Amino acid sequence: MQRIEEANQQAIERMVTGDPVLVDVIPAAEAISELKERMILHAGPPVEWDRMCGPMRGAVMGIAVFEGWADDLADAESKAAAGEFDFHPNHHFDAVGPMTGMTTVSQPLMVVENKTFGNRAYCAINEGLGKVMRFGGNDGEVLERLGWLRDDFGPALGRALRHVNGVPLKSLVARGLTMGDEMHQRNVACSGLTLRALSPPFVATSDDNEALAKALAFLGGNDQFFLNIAMAMGKSIMDPVRDIEGASVVTAMCRNGTDFGIRVSGTGDTWFTAPVEMPEGLYFPGFTERDANPDMGDSTIVETIGLGGFAMGAAPAVAGFVGAGAASEAGNYTRTMSEITLAENPEWTIPSMDYLGVPTGIDIRLVVETGLAPTINTGIAHREPGVGQVGAGVVRAPMACFEQALLAFADRMGVS
Amino acid sequence: MAKDPLRDLLHEPLSVINVGLEGFAGELAAQKVDVIQVDWTPPAGGDPELADLLAKLGS
Amino acid sequence: MSAVIINAVRKGFYLDSVALMRMSRSLADLDGVEEAAMMMGTPANLQIMEDAGLIDEVGKDAGGGDLVIGIRAVDLAAAELARAEANAQLDAPAARSGTAETWRPRTMRAAVKEVPDANLALISVPGDFAIAEARKAIRRGLHAMIFSDNVGVEAEAELKREAQRLGRLVMGPDCGTAIINGTPLAFANVVSRGGIGLVGASGTGTQEVSCLISQYGGGISHAIGVGGRDLKSEVGGISTLMAIDALGHDAATEHIVLISKPPPAEVASKVLDRIAVIGKPTTICFIGASDLPMPDNATQVYSLKAAAQAALGLNDDNGSSLDVTLGSTLERPKIQGLYSGGTLCAEAQVLFRAADLAVCSNAPVPGVPDVDDANIGHRLLDLGDDQYTQGRPHPMIEPSVRDDAVVAALNDPDTAIILVDVVIGYGAHSDPAGHLVAVLCDNAPSDAPLVIASVTGTDEDPQIRATQMAKLRDAGVHVAPTNADAAQWAIELINAAS
Repeated sequence: MQRIEEANQQAIERMVTGDPVLVDVIPAAEAISELKERMILHAGPPVEWDRMCGPMRGAVMGIAVFEGWADDLADAESKAAAGEFDFHPNHHFDAVGPMTGMTTVSQPLMVVENKTFGNRAYCAINEGLGKVMRFGGNDGEVLERLGWLRDDFGPALGRALRHVNGVPLKSLVARGLTMGDEMHQRNVACSGLTLRALSPPFVATSDDNEALAKALAFLGGNDQFFLNIAMAMGKSIMDPVRDIEGASVVTAMCRNGTDFGIRVSGTGDTWFTAPVEMPEGLYFPGFTERDANPDMGDSTIVETIGLGGFAMGAAPAVAGFVGAGAASEAGNYTRTMSEITLAENPEWTIPSMDYLGVPTGIDIRLVVETGLAPTINTGIAHREPGVGQVGAGVVRAPMACFEQALLAFADRMGVS
Repeated sequence: MAKDPLRDLLHEPLSVINVGLEGFAGELAAQKVDVIQVDWTPPAGGDPELADLLAKLGS
Repeated sequence: MSAVIINAVRKGFYLDSVALMRMSRSLADLDGVEEAAMMMGTPANLQIMEDAGLIDEVGKDAGGGDLVIGIRAVDLAAAELARAEANAQLDAPAARSGTAETWRPRTMRAAVKEVPDANLALISVPGDFAIAEARKAIRRGLHAMIFSDNVGVEAEAELKREAQRLGRLVMGPDCGTAIINGTPLAFANVVSRGGIGLVGASGTGTQEVSCLISQYGGGISHAIGVGGRDLKSEVGGISTLMAIDALGHDAATEHIVLISKPPPAEVASKVLDRIAVIGKPTTICFIGASDLPMPDNATQVYSLKAAAQAALGLNDDNGSSLDVTLGSTLERPKIQGLYSGGTLCAEAQVLFRAADLAVCSNAPVPGVPDVDDANIGHRLLDLGDDQYTQGRPHPMIEPSVRDDAVVAALNDPDTAIILVDVVIGYGAHSDPAGHLVAVLCDNAPSDAPLVIASVTGTDEDPQIRATQMAKLRDAGVHVAPTNADAAQWAIELINAAS
């Protein structure tokens, strides 16, 4: 259909001309004016307390204590069950969050501005590995780190970013791809490039050597630091692609540990959801698939823009890590994803695949036709709150989301 | 006069996309003819309703 | 002559330096280009380009996030050409990856991306899906050969009309045989190349004629299949007419042969008019048709063998003498033909009809009754017909589907002669004669009917025609040089006995 092709052309144009720049870190209440006390933004499509998975509940309890809305975890749990908190998806407020994806008023959010379209997107700062809130952790250690991020690291990172007028992300990601990152499971190179770009302004804007050393050690010691930046970048790139009448391009994919949800440009704000699937992958010593929580987080926004599982060919090391097969077959994942995308990104290319551009613009028509669901590289959370990451793997987006979306899209196009 | 693609077919080396029986691709490859095999499955997993919609939406 | 420098800047466009160096080198290799570079516009890079004499007013103020294209060429035209090439490379989808051995496209779309110069889609998916795949192919600029059958004639007509608008040829549906530019496709034989172009609405008809032409010392330019229903009124001969036009304009084709079942009058006249316009000498074989008025440049023939001979200007010399001595079984009244090739069965019927023998068939030509209506006289069956192949392979692929019929005929007290075809070539079974011989040896009673066969194929085919014929002869089968001769032998024997 001509008007679909034209609308999709426009969608792709907006995707590849986006110019995301990491510009600042500001408190969530400042970033998102609608965000109020006792309002909790979470990962994935809408979900209420009674349907939340274990880690999501654990994170809700922890964040309620952190924000001072509950005396302790038990108090938080009963308040949540009594409906005292207002739950909304991050995606409804220009934000994204990894795994449980908790966003509340006092948290520092990184700001990515898409200079081409002027829109902003937000994501919390990556807490590092181990016991962390994104995996449902909620004990004192977790909350203490959140406090430090809010009071010390976040503001310092904001000062550094403002000092250099922000860090352009498109070129940084392009370099990261040539250095073996796919920006979902592997962010070593991009995190290092970020440290390299920000060390001088960190130093220039600090008068406390001890605090500076701690901040740089945190940044330099966290291989996944860039993931949250990549997510905000993804959101900032995809938001201008929303609401193009006639476009069959996926603008968001996310999961809340219960449901997987997608949005499509030509079908407005509707979420098309289906029960989320279990990742298949490799587990850390001492854990098995019995410990795994179903797939969770807004991080699938990076697949939506052609990174993560779509850019597996750039990151052979990840293919082995997530149990996706031989490193030499990593490229097959990328080539398979190019069957369900409309274009290749001209700037984000994969050297080992003869500079093939990452597959860009997931077309629901192609997904349904080929039966090839998007491949997502993901961390695997323990099903009990607070244990943390227990493995990494690959998960497929549920085909039912795309079939529903296709039916709705066809209806909107007057086709039955 | 514009190029006539059908007359071109009769003069240019064949380059074949084989959709279906793999034996045909094998025999062409054995004759050193360029051929690529499509790992074909029925569209939309064989769901006729979805396949019909897809055809109309021109995927 | 002084050099020309031109620059172009892409604001905020990042590419890795290794990728840019590769592109720069390909620009520098262009005719008339003295030097070329594509670099991100960092101060250090701009200095390098300045030192290389590649920077002008446009490029000198570029920023570190901008991509700068600098070209120095002998003249403006060469420089512009290089700039266009640079832009094309930047905008082109990147080259395909090198892992094609392990990766296979799942869709026509991905396959075309992988092989952008592909020009023909060979489609053999189930009939319900074949049209959709063919449509994808022609819309992406490919010609299509549809081997699949069980496709509605309306869908076929619609597809072919669209293909015609796009200037793309659709061979089929139900097109078993084609030879394009010397390449046999699907069921086809390795024949000599030469000046005779075939247009065939029938697979085995095209195989028999192309093989006989090759056997008689001639050669084939192309054999274009059109599918068994192309000449029906609903389709109107779209592909046939396109094929005639293409062969008419093809310098390698001196003579055209058209093979089909008899078309309806209005389609026949359209086709014959087109042949008159094309003007090349043409042989028409509407197998089973009666006399039609022919244009001056066309000759009508009535058998596949005659088509091959007429195309080569040979006289209709029968050339083969019967080597059979009459035995007691020839007292029996009946000939049974068990064919794997539909047009070979039709050719035999035409000869029986011309000899005024009572004959019936499951795939009757005009003037021959259907076996279901009148199981009388001699019986010539097309075992490749839909009624025998539902859910089973075609007998040319799997000769054992003919076994039951052969065994029954061998033991039928009324049968004097069994007529069989053996079709070899690409797509066909690896040793159909060997299979038939094994069945004959295992099942023939002492007073078995005479078996007469012919082998459609060439000595260059993978199965080797001479080898196949030798196997049959060694088993006591009488092997005729052509399908028509086999039928003729049977007719003469039965006439002599009665």
